[in-house]
Formats: sequence, C-alpha cells, structure tokens
Amino acid sequence: MTKKQSIVMKYDASKILQRKKKSILEEWMKNQLADETLREDLMSNEDLREQSTELLDSLLKTINDNNIDNGESADFENVSEILSGISISRARQGFTPKETGLFVLSLKDALLQTLRSEISDNPEALYDSSMRVNKLIDTFSVVTFETFIKGREEVILRQTDEITEISTPVIRVWDGILALPIIGTLDSARTQVVMENLLQEIVSSGSGIAILDISGVPAVDSLVAQHLIKTVSATRLMGAECIISGIRPEIAQTVVHLGIDLSNIITKASLASALRYAFTLLHLEVRKVGSKDKTLI
Amino acid sequence: MDKIPILRMGRFLLVTIQVDLYDRLALNLESDLVQMVSKTGASGVLIDISALSIVDSFMGRILGNIGSMAKILDAETVVVGMQPAVAITLIELGLELKGVHTALNVEKGMELLHTKMAPIEESEEETSDSRVE
Repeated sequence: MTKKQSIVMKYDASKILQRKKKSILEEWMKNQLADETLREDLMSNEDLREQSTELLDSLLKTINDNNIDNGESADFENVSEILSGISISRARQGFTPKETGLFVLSLKDALLQTLRSEISDNPEALYDSSMRVNKLIDTFSVVTFETFIKGREEVILRQTDEITEISTPVIRVWDGILALPIIGTLDSARTQVVMENLLQEIVSSGSGIAILDISGVPAVDSLVAQHLIKTVSATRLMGAECIISGIRPEIAQTVVHLGIDLSNIITKASLASALRYAFTLLHLEVRKVGSKDKTLI
Repeated sequence: MDKIPILRMGRFLLVTIQVDLYDRLALNLESDLVQMVSKTGASGVLIDISALSIVDSFMGRILGNIGSMAKILDAETVVVGMQPAVAITLIELGLELKGVHTALNVEKGMELLHTKMAPIEESEEETSDSRVE
C-alpha cells in the first residue's frame, strides 16, 4: 500500500461526510437561508428543509470511496432521480435557473466546509477529497440544469398544444350550420388542424353549411389565401357548402392586390350576413314576433 | 373477379363502393357505369364512397371521368359520403372533381338529384299537357 493510499484511507471523505451528516445539513440550510435570492414566496422553509434532507440522505447513503468522484455511476441513480424531481418541480413553480443552480451549489459549500474542518491537519488529503467532492457535485449540477430546462420545455410544449387546441373550435350555431372562428395567424400546420376539425365535425353532425370566420386573422397573404381555398374546396368535396365571413377591408385590398381569385368562394362581410345567407340556403326565415299578433289574443 | 354492383332505382343509378378500389376494378366500374347509363337512359348517378378510406390520383381521376362521361350522356353524378381524409387527399392532389356534385350522405344526395331533376320534369309535364290540349 502506497503512502498516498493510506492517507486516503485514513481520511475517507465519504465516511467523514456520512458521520457529519447533521452538521452538513445545518450548514447547507444556513447557506440557503442566508442567500438573498431565497424565494420564500414560492416555497416555505419547511418544504425546503424537507427537500434538502431527502437529497442529502440519499446522497450520503450511496456515497462510498469508489464512486465519490464518479457522479454518473449507476449508484447515484436514486440521487439523480430525486434531483430531477426537485428540478422539474422548481421549473414549474417558476424558480429562475440561478435559484435552482444555487440550491445544488450551496450543498458543495457545506460539504467542503465540513471536509476542511475535519481534514485540517493534512493539506494533501484535503485537496484530494475536495477535488473529488467538487467533481461529484458538478455532475449533479449538470443533471439539475438539464432537467430544469427539460421541465421548462415541457411547459412550453404543453402551452403550444393548448393554444392550437383552443384556437380552432367548431361551433354548431344552428341545426345544419357550423361556424369556425379562426383567431391568429394561419400557417400550414394550423390550416391542417382547422381543416381536419371542420371536416370531422361536418361528418359527425351532418351539417350542410360551414361558416369560416376570419375576422381574427391579422393578415392574409397568398399562402393563407391558398390554405383557405383548399379548406373550402375540401368542404365542397364532402358535399357541404363553405362560406367565408369576417373579411376586413384591408384584407379585401390585399387579396385583390395579390391577384388571388376568390370568385368561386362565397364571401360575406360579417358573420351575421353569412348566417343570414345560410338561413336562405336552408329555406329558413327569421321573423320578429309582431305586436299585432299579441293584440289578437 | 370482383365486380361492383350497379343498382337501378327509378331514373337513377346507385353505386355503393364497399371494397378497396384497385385500378382494374375502378376501370371496370367506369366502363360498366357508362354502359349502364346509356342502356337505361338514367338521368342521375349516385356513387357512395363512404367506405372508401384510401384514394390516389388515379382513383380521383376516375371519379372525375365518370362525372364527365355521365354528363355527356345527360346524367348528373353525385358523390356522397366522402371521408375527411379522402377529401383532404384529393385537394392536396389538386383534384377538385369539377363535373361532380357532392353530398354528405345518400339521403342528401338523393334529395339533390331530385331537385336537379325537378325543373326537367316540370317542363316535360308542360309539354305533355300541351299536347293533350
């Protein structure tokens, strides 16, 4: 056994850390609470302590002399899992990356502090174990950041899905008449969703007329117009009539300037006039109940 | 070999496609249908494609051709029950089936054929009436 090995044996960092668990936790909590970026509004101190205890428990349970400088070893799977959980939940709660990063990095301070006070008599061993702990915690920081960003991305993806879903509702305004208000810019992907939703609804409700209201579409270029024409043609193929309504004067101007031919498509200025037209197609009539009838009774 | 039945209902011909159309079958249907229109003097053709889930450009063209051919023989064609996916595919292929009428289901298709025929019937009645007088 070489001299160095015996030193390491004597000053086994993992054993020391396991022994001093309580003081490490206190030190860590003190570091976290002293930090000015502490977010008491997002998480109570009890919850923070609970999280910290759970993580430290799991870390010190798995740590040993062989894996201390290898954070990616399979032994730390449990620790990584806990870290990921904490990180993702923090991303959802609205913690900043800095605050999440400091949570892990402040643990390093606490660990190094403990090592320093325990191995104060041997600089070489102190340096050696400090480096190893450093490396270990750095690996954990990377894991934390990765999952933090993944958590944020999940939130963004969910929101995108939600937006596409809520922005294409198909409304049954009357027996046999569907309305589809489009809000926001139309691109290929959205037109596809709009078209599919509309056609599906036409089949399931057996409606003969669909009104496509584009008053919420900010601008129409040749591509959007192309998409609209496609939607109308597909509806016609299904055997239903499609009316486009809510065309603003600016849009009418651009459409004509772009030289897009909408003459095959029934267009109406407002949803109201489109509905009136749909009623005439279905041979329906909307009448005011006259006061004359009442006096007769 | 498979054959798609063509049913006669009064002055209309009814075709319901219940199997996947392959090219030969579609071509046979086209010629059978045109023969039938000419033989019976039908004034309307109703094609139900609600069971058809896949189309390609060839099938789209055949449908359009049937419409145009029937038109020359003085019969209107109505395609009914097209699936949304089929409609989207045809549009993406640039086939708008110009000479063909469409309806949501057989019932509405029949209604459409009847309304298309109504003016002709009236004029026929008028001429026969005048002859009687």
